[in-house]
Amino acid sequence: MGAYLVRRLVTLPLLLLGISAASFALLNLAPGDPAEIVLRQRNPAQLPSQAEVSAMRIELGLDAPLPVQYVRWVSQALAGDMGRSYVTEQPVAAQLARRTVPTALLTAAALALALLVAVPVGILSAQRRGSPVDTLARLMALVGAAAPSYALAYGLIILFAVKLSWLPALGYGSAAQVVLPAFALSLAPMAQLMRLIRASMLETLGQDYIRTARAKGLSEQTVAFRHALRNAMLPAIGATGVNLGYLLSGAVIVETIFTWPGLGQLMVGAALTRDYPVVQGFVAYIAVVVLLVNLAADIALRIADPRLRFGRDEM
Amino acid sequence: MGHAQDVGEHVPVRAVAGGSRSRHRWIALLREPGTALGLFLVVSLLLAGILAPWLPLDDPTDINLPDRLLSPSPGHLLGTDHLGRDTFSRIVHGARMTLLAAAVTLALSMTIALTVGILSGYHGGWADTALMGIVDLLLAFPSLILALAVAGALGPGLFNVLLAAGAVWWVGHARIIRGVTLGARQMEYVTAARAAGAGNLRIILRHIAPNILGPIIVIASLDVGWIILGIAGLNFLGLGAQPPTPEWGAMLNDARPHLQTAPRLLLLPGAAIFVAVLGFNLLGDGLRDLLDPRTVRPGG
Repeated sequence: MGAYLVRRLVTLPLLLLGISAASFALLNLAPGDPAEIVLRQRNPAQLPSQAEVSAMRIELGLDAPLPVQYVRWVSQALAGDMGRSYVTEQPVAAQLARRTVPTALLTAAALALALLVAVPVGILSAQRRGSPVDTLARLMALVGAAAPSYALAYGLIILFAVKLSWLPALGYGSAAQVVLPAFALSLAPMAQLMRLIRASMLETLGQDYIRTARAKGLSEQTVAFRHALRNAMLPAIGATGVNLGYLLSGAVIVETIFTWPGLGQLMVGAALTRDYPVVQGFVAYIAVVVLLVNLAADIALRIADPRLRFGRDEM
Repeated sequence: MGHAQDVGEHVPVRAVAGGSRSRHRWIALLREPGTALGLFLVVSLLLAGILAPWLPLDDPTDINLPDRLLSPSPGHLLGTDHLGRDTFSRIVHGARMTLLAAAVTLALSMTIALTVGILSGYHGGWADTALMGIVDLLLAFPSLILALAVAGALGPGLFNVLLAAGAVWWVGHARIIRGVTLGARQMEYVTAARAAGAGNLRIILRHIAPNILGPIIVIASLDVGWIILGIAGLNFLGLGAQPPTPEWGAMLNDARPHLQTAPRLLLLPGAAIFVAVLGFNLLGDGLRDLLDPRTVRPGG
């Protein structure tokens, strides 16, 4: 485990460099001159003159060769300076920091909701395979995988905010305002987790040690929760990366709909206005989060599953 | 990278050819109610999409302000939108846009996936290490955010969104194709072909490609749903199709100000996306069970 950890920790910064270089190259190879885009953002009324564009290129540091710009960006980013937004002219790092808490709150609530439903339903549907409960669970998984979060979000707003007036539709700040966006966001990971837990429970329940536990006279619930669930949860931990992807991708859309002041909303605005420093800072930031969460999930998996610790070291 | 190697070793190499036995299996496929429903939905969608311009529908972009926000009536089955355009016509034409967009994205991402996967699996060595390194890198990243970054770099527009989606969607597939190629390359008939003097291109086309066909059909069918969801999402965010294009995601975006007065303008395109994705997912699940239960796992 020690050697494994060291290797992962060494490759982590390399991966980050790779991602940041790729996003840097992409944004700079894209058509259009950022200096011109900035000038048009600030003053849409008139076309910028050649002199203004050249001056802005120098102001933004775009006159230096690309590799120099990249090295400059990385060294500044390491010092916590990710440049300033072209549009709002605010520091990117501060914007990312300010918007992290709302997104973390929303995704945590959605994940909790997903687990709260997916674990018991997944177990129950595996225990009673073919029963109406199982059919219902599989139907829910199908619907959850196919329902677009944006349409679902509006469905929720129309039903609970407009027709029933039970919950606030938009905004951020109170507990009631978390409910609808968290629910809209939780559906995709919920469906995925339910499928996974059902499948791995079915597999686990057929194992010899489960038969032994039953033969000892343990109740079916003890067998399920004390013996089977621990193994059945392993694939769910392994799928952390996939679910984080669902949550972050979904957050982009759900935050936009519910005017939730998080990272996703920031990114959509930046993408629409081609605010390159924000897009680039966001990509690098998400890369760090994704890589760290995946690493944590890998370590958790190794702690939960001794076979991985003592067996062949994969990857 | 031990994991991908494992996939390669266990790949059952099967032909996907016709013959009466496999025709039997295709019929069995339809006995599964979910798959049959999926096929029905997909075929209806294809028909609507292909025939849209020749159906007796109103022009989906024809603005008619006196008729705006009409409720459903025999003249306008699903009512009209905020510019008086017929919603039913826009939904049907939206199927055409959605299928076209999905086809372009699929073609683009499959081309990249096949090139990378076959090169990596067949060539091996440094090319494999480098390409799979890139794949690992991209695989860790949420695809919609990546597509958003690409679309943000290129600027808004439907074509740019398709480019962005194609550019991020190949990653997981390249992995699977690499595994299958690797498995096939180690077969004795490939060694025999090489001993007989066949060149690399001939070996790839004649002896390896047939093995990849099955997994590709499955990946593609499971993928269409994801692609439709993703592209409609980007369009919804305003990055892709611009007004007045009848596209479901863009229609949802257009209808946002009318949430209170005409919620159906949001619910109908949402339902259309849902039905389309459900259809492709159901069909894909059925095809996976039929063609190969073990090699293919859909990616996120």
